[in-house]
Amino acid sequence: MSDMTMNRRDVVITGIGIASSLGEGVEVHAAALAAGGPPTVDTESFKPYPVHPLLALELDRQIPKKSDQRQMEPWQRLGVYAAGLALDSAGIKEDAEAKSALQVIVAAGGGERDHAVDSAILTGLRGANEPGTYLNEHLMGDLRPTLFLAQLSNLLAGNIAIVHGVTGPSRTFMGEEQAGVDAIRTAHARIASGQSDLMLVGGAYNAERRDMLLLFELGGYLRQGSFAPVFAREEAPGLITGSAGAFLVLESAERAAARGAKVYAKLSHAGATRSRRAPGTVESALAGLVGGFGPLGADALAISAATGCAGITAEEANALAKAAPSAKRIAAGDLVGHGVEAAFPVSVALAAIALSAGQAKQAVVTGAGHWRGEGAAHLVQA
Amino acid sequence: MTTHRDAKGRPIVAVTGLGVVTSLGQGKETNWKALTAGQSGIHRIERFPTEGLRTTIGGTVDFLFDEPFTAPQLSEKLATLAAEEAVTQSALGTSGDFPGELFMAVPPVEMEWPQKQEMAQAIEGDVDYDGLLRAAETGKFRAMHELFVFGGVADHIADRFGTKGSPISLSTACSSGATAIQMGVEAIRRGDTEAALCIGTDGSIHAEALIRFSLLSALSTQNDPPEGAAKPFSKNRDGFVMGEGAGALVLEDYDHALARGATILGIVAGCGERGDGFHRTRSSPDGKPAILAMQDALADAGLTPDDVDYINAHGTSTPENDKMEAMSCAAVFGERMASLPISSNKSMIGHTLTAAGAVEAVISFLTIANGKIPPTINYANPDPAITLDVVPNTARDAKVRTIISNSFGFGGQNTCLVLTAPPEAA
Repeated sequence: MSDMTMNRRDVVITGIGIASSLGEGVEVHAAALAAGGPPTVDTESFKPYPVHPLLALELDRQIPKKSDQRQMEPWQRLGVYAAGLALDSAGIKEDAEAKSALQVIVAAGGGERDHAVDSAILTGLRGANEPGTYLNEHLMGDLRPTLFLAQLSNLLAGNIAIVHGVTGPSRTFMGEEQAGVDAIRTAHARIASGQSDLMLVGGAYNAERRDMLLLFELGGYLRQGSFAPVFAREEAPGLITGSAGAFLVLESAERAAARGAKVYAKLSHAGATRSRRAPGTVESALAGLVGGFGPLGADALAISAATGCAGITAEEANALAKAAPSAKRIAAGDLVGHGVEAAFPVSVALAAIALSAGQAKQAVVTGAGHWRGEGAAHLVQA
Repeated sequence: MTTHRDAKGRPIVAVTGLGVVTSLGQGKETNWKALTAGQSGIHRIERFPTEGLRTTIGGTVDFLFDEPFTAPQLSEKLATLAAEEAVTQSALGTSGDFPGELFMAVPPVEMEWPQKQEMAQAIEGDVDYDGLLRAAETGKFRAMHELFVFGGVADHIADRFGTKGSPISLSTACSSGATAIQMGVEAIRRGDTEAALCIGTDGSIHAEALIRFSLLSALSTQNDPPEGAAKPFSKNRDGFVMGEGAGALVLEDYDHALARGATILGIVAGCGERGDGFHRTRSSPDGKPAILAMQDALADAGLTPDDVDYINAHGTSTPENDKMEAMSCAAVFGERMASLPISSNKSMIGHTLTAAGAVEAVISFLTIANGKIPPTINYANPDPAITLDVVPNTARDAKVRTIISNSFGFGGQNTCLVLTAPPEAA
């Protein structure tokens, strides 16, 4: 950490919006953090792949217009909902001036498919004499025109703007877990350096999608069968994905103080790196990031966004055991499942919730993407 | 050594390398020659069957692969070629060891039909996603995972060029390329990095991508002749033409570039961005976000509208964009707008979507370097509601020192860059 960085402005978390298989809001997740679970797991709907299904949201509470709800797919609705909770929590939902200054970074996937249309076309293509013409005809006729807008990665940010009246600019980061890490890192850096005073940052993931399960299963990254804790999956390693969305309002400490905002926690560091994966590189990358945070107290909390995938999960455990041997370690995946792009924002949100609830004085958050990218953050009690 | 700072006391962001690939060809020289000759890269699509489609033309890049390929593979190849040209020109670092961060605008990717069809061949009976999952479970299609993850293209580019840190894959829809540059500027201004490789790439013209835009009635359907379809600011404009390509820029702290004796090609002096909560695909009819984005970019650069010599338009050739952009420019530049040249590269290369902001920034720096403004071609039928000097049909010699490059996208994305000549020439 350079001197320049050390001297930069403090960044605080003044808004938290979170929704998952456990429900929505700070209190539900604070209780789960204190109790250590139990998670909600559905082992039947996508058998043999367990998922953590979203606890149904009362969408009207954050997305009042049905026409807006219809223009989105589940991952976007979840994200817009969580973003609305964060704006409410920060007390800026009705503050037009703040919403015009608010800069948004969203970590997003996208591409939510119409599974029925895809299946019918794939079946039909096998017997088609002119497959190209067949594909054109059916895509032209069977795709809903507005489905495209529900697939575009940046349209979660676009919908946040439309539904919540956020007129500040937005950027969308893609790239699975690391998109979430880089979103938090960049938002933090912008405020710390004075490039911004107020940011909305987060992500959302809908796990109840066979198209995404397919992408992960192609690479052999999914756990099958029953739930097991993230750090105890050696007999059948892999992801158990969970539907989850989390957004944070980050603010310069000065701005937060000036408006008398409630501060959930201070986000003192956020870092990211990318190791060229080989045995041991995740452990050393995470050790390097966490090492930059300075000494961690004995009462620290460690929230891990670990995937449960083979090798890298044990490496993350090792890195944490060395950097913070007495820290209480909680895997976000054991509470809400793995939220891919949302996994790191969810984990930072959980850490801030725990600090705000007095469960610890400081927290370290770590995560290693299922195939690329490592990230860590450090939070201290406000 | 002297430390140079901009009007706001920040590090100055120099450009020391540029690279570009479009449907007009590979490299700055080829593209510049074609662009200033008013050549179109738009042609009939032969990559996939177009029977039954309303739009059958595009600015596809067809000269890079002999075998079938996917959008991420073409996007990666385009980015690689543009970045090689830019990094080579900058002479920064050594091969495979670029001493800076990577900011990449990449098209959203997903599994494509040929790959799904390949998996479907392994299934008995009707195909559904459960069947595809069983096929995936065999491990026979493992390579498809890395091909279709969102972070794949940037990861491979990071490996190839040895960029530092965690590479960013971003999307702000049709302003993505400009956002990649803006993120590089911000990182250098923060002092996070002394150099940045900023790339916009898009090689995603396949049947479904074209059909999606077609279903939104966004594309020109004037297929004959293909090269006449993209006609920004014309009365009979009827939509954009999809294009492919990549633009790459090496950005560098000005003092860092001076210290190593690098040739400074220009300065990214200012960036402005504004959101628009009006509609998912349409811009605010009053143009307010676009106006504010241009004004923010100028303010960020410490310049005024009078300093601008030329506007590199977003100029998509859709009825709405061109009208909104003309109105917004009039609001920012006032009476000067009648004589301030504004042209659209998209009239020749189509709308390179994710890449457009980066491709057009590269062309803008070539405009400054060569003292010649590429034209807006196909301007035969002026829109009487849009009174602009669009540099019609023929390139024009002009001393250009300061350019605004506009990028506007679906989802309320508005990004404007102020690009200027190197200080010694200014």
